[in-house]
Amino acid sequence: MAVDPASGALEQAALHSDRFRLEREPDWKRLESIVTRLEKGQLRKLSDEDLLALPVLYRTVASSLSIAREISLDAATLAYLEALVQRAWFVVYGPRSSLGSWLRNFLGGGWSASVRGIGLDIAIALAVMVAGALAGWMLVAGDPGWYHTIVPGQLADARAPGASREVLQATLDGTSSGTGLSAFAAQLFSNNAQVSILAFALGFAFGVPTLMLLVHNTAGLGAMLWLFNEAGLLFEFSAWLSVHGTTELFAILLAGAAGLHVGRSMAFPGDRGVLEAAGEAGRRAAQVMAGVIVMLVVAALLEGFARQLIPGSDGRLIIGGFMLAFWLAYFLAFGRRDEEDSV
Amino acid sequence: MNAPLPKRLRRSGRDRILITPEGIALPITLASRGARAGALVLDLAIIGFLQIAMTIALIAMAGGFAGFFSKLEDGSATVGALEFLFVIWILAIFLFRNAYFLFFELGARGATPGKRMTGIRIASRDGGRLSVEMVIARNLLRDIELFLPIVFISSASGGGNASAAGIAAAAWFLVFALFPFWNRDRLRAGDIIAGTWVVEKPHRKLAAAMSAKDSAASGDTAGPQGAYRFSDEELDVYGEYELQTLENILRENRTKSLSAVHRAIARKIGRNDGIEDERAFLDAYYTQLRARLEVNMRMGHRKADKHA
Repeated sequence: MAVDPASGALEQAALHSDRFRLEREPDWKRLESIVTRLEKGQLRKLSDEDLLALPVLYRTVASSLSIAREISLDAATLAYLEALVQRAWFVVYGPRSSLGSWLRNFLGGGWSASVRGIGLDIAIALAVMVAGALAGWMLVAGDPGWYHTIVPGQLADARAPGASREVLQATLDGTSSGTGLSAFAAQLFSNNAQVSILAFALGFAFGVPTLMLLVHNTAGLGAMLWLFNEAGLLFEFSAWLSVHGTTELFAILLAGAAGLHVGRSMAFPGDRGVLEAAGEAGRRAAQVMAGVIVMLVVAALLEGFARQLIPGSDGRLIIGGFMLAFWLAYFLAFGRRDEEDSV
Repeated sequence: MNAPLPKRLRRSGRDRILITPEGIALPITLASRGARAGALVLDLAIIGFLQIAMTIALIAMAGGFAGFFSKLEDGSATVGALEFLFVIWILAIFLFRNAYFLFFELGARGATPGKRMTGIRIASRDGGRLSVEMVIARNLLRDIELFLPIVFISSASGGGNASAAGIAAAAWFLVFALFPFWNRDRLRAGDIIAGTWVVEKPHRKLAAAMSAKDSAASGDTAGPQGAYRFSDEELDVYGEYELQTLENILRENRTKSLSAVHRAIARKIGRNDGIEDERAFLDAYYTQLRARLEVNMRMGHRKADKHA
């Protein structure tokens, strides 16, 4: 090897610890340059060789730090190594750079596994939603004056107590043209997604507001069921609702259950610390929530297009039933093999 | 099992120790609340700008479409085109509100543009991988922390009466805004759910090796090279803390502090040489002290400071 400045310095270094450092400096510098380029977002300028070397260099430098702590009292070098290992740790243990591989994982079992993981919360949320719908029905059955309190204004315009069967029937009929439907679908999606995110986020207050939100939303549903039942249109209304409702209500159920899961784990953390329990529940619930957004997109498409374009109750019920069966099969059966394999 | 932190690592109340999956303890510094607030304001400004720019662009396009189709006298095409733009607008507003933070924090840099400008980023609290679920969880909660109360407050004040609803919304907002003041690690509600925290990005250049850069001034454990030799008794006066303080002074290299430190050390160990040659004297003392302390360290004897 030729005599370069570094090896000259190496011979001159008086201390073991400085010799240790000068021997390893090229690795440190290389890691630093890779990490600096990644921090600046210059992923494309990085050669494959550098990318492959990154995890190895990270471990090399991390072990340099461990050794330096035992043999060196050079504060500047230690501080440099600590900062460098931390920066490399950010990169090596950062989010997986490819969103595609996360999505594959997510759709290929991660989502359904986390839905199964919050089964108890789904059961509680379902019970609360059914109770909310029953309460809405019974309140309005006892005193129709409650109707306008429970059902939001923009839904109640034509569908009010005392409306004739024909008027109610008209609200269920399909429209012949597709105009206006896509805007309607987009609005529905944006609105429903925001409500679901709210239901999840409110779980932070130990889940109580989440349950209240679920009751509030399903009470309106119960009141409308009563209204159409009075007019003898319960079957037609259910069919109309089921096209998108099986997907949408399922999504809201999951969002509420996800919020409840977080709230419950914070209220009853068990043996773990509250922060640890909340973190674990939060990550599982977040995966459920990403799926809820997917379901709401599907629901909006069904509501915006399929329902309005299919006039018959039977056809609507078949679509709604199929969607429900599809989601149940996906959540209950999909990805179970992988779990058993990995355990 | 862990030894107490050396003094070098205890800099402020914001310092924490993070254990990497390899089992290495890393000192990290939590982001200050001011930096986080600044980053949030920057990000909200960027989001607001994007939303307004998007809206203006779409309105301009809608005007163009309307003019174009009115020449063709095709009413349904105009409606269709406008509806398409409206759909894009709804989805874009939704995405800017919900996906902006997700998009940037999922990138390799783990920080939104606002965080990057203030030099902070998010990290996993347990030292493991920062997962996609964590980023989703911490940003979904932003909805009740920030957007929801702001919408409430603006709609309540829009009516002209500072009603109970407005006060409740303001209280709600304050509860979440002040959350980082109520726990040790400055977590906001989203950080608690996700298991993340916000830390400063470290930047530090590698300084030159002390004993290698100037061989003429330094001594050696094997044989005398420099002009100054110190006996073991003279070296045993100080410990690691003093050594690293001396290292700082040598690296700063200011004549005034060098001569002050030289006086203090010479008085302490009872030497009277090295006057007018303080730098060489201190370099030699530093190198020999460090050599002695490091040899003892390898034998398992550590001396934290002069009192130890």
